[in-house]
Amino acid sequence: MNHFLTIEGLTAGDLNGLLDDADEFVEVLHRPIPKVPALRGKTVATMFFEPSTRTKMSFEKAAKALSADTMSFSPGTSSLSKGESLKDTVLTIKAMGTDAMVVRHKATGAPWRIAEWIDQPVLNAGDGAHQHPTQALLDSLTIRQHFGTLKGLKIGIVGDIRHSRVARSDIQAFSTLGADVTMVAPRTLLPVDTEVFDATAKENLDEVLADFDVVYVLRVQAERGGASVFPSLSEYTDRYGITRERFARLKPEAIVLHPGPMNRGVEIDGAVADDPRALILDQVFNGVAVRMAVLFRLLGGESNE
Amino acid sequence: MSDLILAKGTVLTAQGIEEADVRIRDGSIAEIGPGLEGDETIDCEGAWIGPGLVDLHAHFREPGQEWKEDIASGSRAAAAGGFTAAFAMPNTEPATDSGHVARFVASRGAEVGLIEVLPVGAITKGRAGKELAHLDELWAAGVRVFSDDGDVVEDAGLLRQAMDYLAERGGVISQHAVDIGLSSGGFMHEGSVSSLLGMYGIPSAADDVILARDIRLVEMTGARYHVQHLSTATGVELIAAAKAKGLPVTAEVTPHHLAFDHTAAQTTDPVYKMMPPLRSGEDRDALRRGLEDGTVDIVGTDHAPHAAHEKEVPWEHAPNGVLGLEWAATVANTFTDLDQAAFFDRLAVAPARIGQLDGQGMMPEVGGPANLVVFDPNIEWTPTTTVSKSENSPYFGLPLRGKVIATVYQGRVTALDGVPAS
Repeated sequence: MNHFLTIEGLTAGDLNGLLDDADEFVEVLHRPIPKVPALRGKTVATMFFEPSTRTKMSFEKAAKALSADTMSFSPGTSSLSKGESLKDTVLTIKAMGTDAMVVRHKATGAPWRIAEWIDQPVLNAGDGAHQHPTQALLDSLTIRQHFGTLKGLKIGIVGDIRHSRVARSDIQAFSTLGADVTMVAPRTLLPVDTEVFDATAKENLDEVLADFDVVYVLRVQAERGGASVFPSLSEYTDRYGITRERFARLKPEAIVLHPGPMNRGVEIDGAVADDPRALILDQVFNGVAVRMAVLFRLLGGESNE
Repeated sequence: MSDLILAKGTVLTAQGIEEADVRIRDGSIAEIGPGLEGDETIDCEGAWIGPGLVDLHAHFREPGQEWKEDIASGSRAAAAGGFTAAFAMPNTEPATDSGHVARFVASRGAEVGLIEVLPVGAITKGRAGKELAHLDELWAAGVRVFSDDGDVVEDAGLLRQAMDYLAERGGVISQHAVDIGLSSGGFMHEGSVSSLLGMYGIPSAADDVILARDIRLVEMTGARYHVQHLSTATGVELIAAAKAKGLPVTAEVTPHHLAFDHTAAQTTDPVYKMMPPLRSGEDRDALRRGLEDGTVDIVGTDHAPHAAHEKEVPWEHAPNGVLGLEWAATVANTFTDLDQAAFFDRLAVAPARIGQLDGQGMMPEVGGPANLVVFDPNIEWTPTTTVSKSENSPYFGLPLRGKVIATVYQGRVTALDGVPAS
């Protein structure tokens, strides 16, 4: 593995291998001193060309828990605002001395371009509505911890799949790991071509809700089209929100996940979000462990020398 | 002036195909026959000799964007690709919406002297789609093809005015057909690839609805209408239906829409980003068949140079367009089944006819102008370089078949084996 850009093309063995490593890092993170010296002397640059709090902090925490140094970049205070090109920005930061770059960009494919320009590992921390592969790992880890396996689970991903990099990565990871995935959204929020995904598409949530072992609630992205993709937030909540009533109709052992940040009262009721069967903070914790696993895989060991 | 002999080629004349030599003297064809000798000889064995190619759709970027291309570098690329004439689209700065800009483009082309450069005039002032450009002035400057290329003429009422104004004289409306409501925000063909990438798509219907609308306006006005860079199977059907009705409608396909489909965009490498986008495999196949059977009249390159720094960005930020002039003939030969007569029809005769261009696209004949190309349809090669100022070619590294051996414009060799004369 030279880069970590996408879930596409990874096998169940690849994914489970990373999740097994992540399990070990979960154990590290539970130690009194939650730190190992694996990447001492390495420098990880977190390059978030699009604002993010949790993913950026999670990667930085993961790098530090492996004893790597971190450098960070944010577009508002950089030369990008003076017109510097993406390529020049990347080459400049690389010249300062980095060993890997973690990239978030609102343009699809940006991490692939960067991987063409530099000869060191690039980790995709989210590009456009395309891929967010470490999110898929942390979601898979959270489900695997709870159920022991994803094989045979029915997972419903509910909401704005069309504009969601989380959904694209999750569908590929969950189905590769043997889950039966359903996408639930109004047609304006489903991908135009649903056939390319290893998942079933449904428009009516109430028809399928009671089948799910996992309900994965996507964030309503008000900035993505708003009124042109659904008539109003309250109509969205009526048809697709995980309300207390809908939560009561889930299988008793079913769990609820959300990638955050949540719009309480829109796609998820506040009481549902705070229920013990909503494993949203477990997802956040696992995020650090899976990012340690990926960084270690790319930068640790001798195969990279 | 000395005699140039094109020796042992297969010559496409008005009378048919013959194995012969061609003697060129004083800018004209002096003799066609066997065993000719002269001062300079180009070996054409195994190659086709026919009229120099004519491109109805090129972007030379001059005036205004000379860091991408200029009329000199564009002319070199054209000559290297076998062209002896090219129509320069008006999306320059300033736009070619008045007589003096059109005269500048034509005279700069003549000064360079490698090909004939024909300015295409804008339909609307500044290509802004609000009011008609100086159509009479453009006409007086020799413009016969009118287009707001780069942008559609969105307002059907305004387009109808332009058609009414030009119909009687026979001016050609060349439309970049795309519906803004359906296409806006889109970066690639709407389909399986855009869905996988999470990228906003441009549905095929965006092109089709404008073409269908425009065909109705042709019926209403009788104006000559040419649709640029056809990209959809439905578009091919619409053109076939319009022609069946006898409407004065013609269509072009670009080399890249013949060569690729939207799966090339899956890499998100911006070299494959253009408008209209690369569409499905079925669309690409329909375009190939359409060119073969003549429903699609011509290959138009949509040669669109962009500097490296403009394309070395994420897909969504990259400008649309690819180079094409140097490989258009080769790509058409590789991906479609055209015999010598059909090849020269689609790449020389028909584009000259649509563009109302005298002295070009003419079958070689004694006494006729020596605007010729020598094309070997069997040479297999892989492009790796360009003579354009820009390098945004999707063909580098792609094995292709057929090669331009020599280009002759006004009796002078303007390119030999891909190398333009200076």
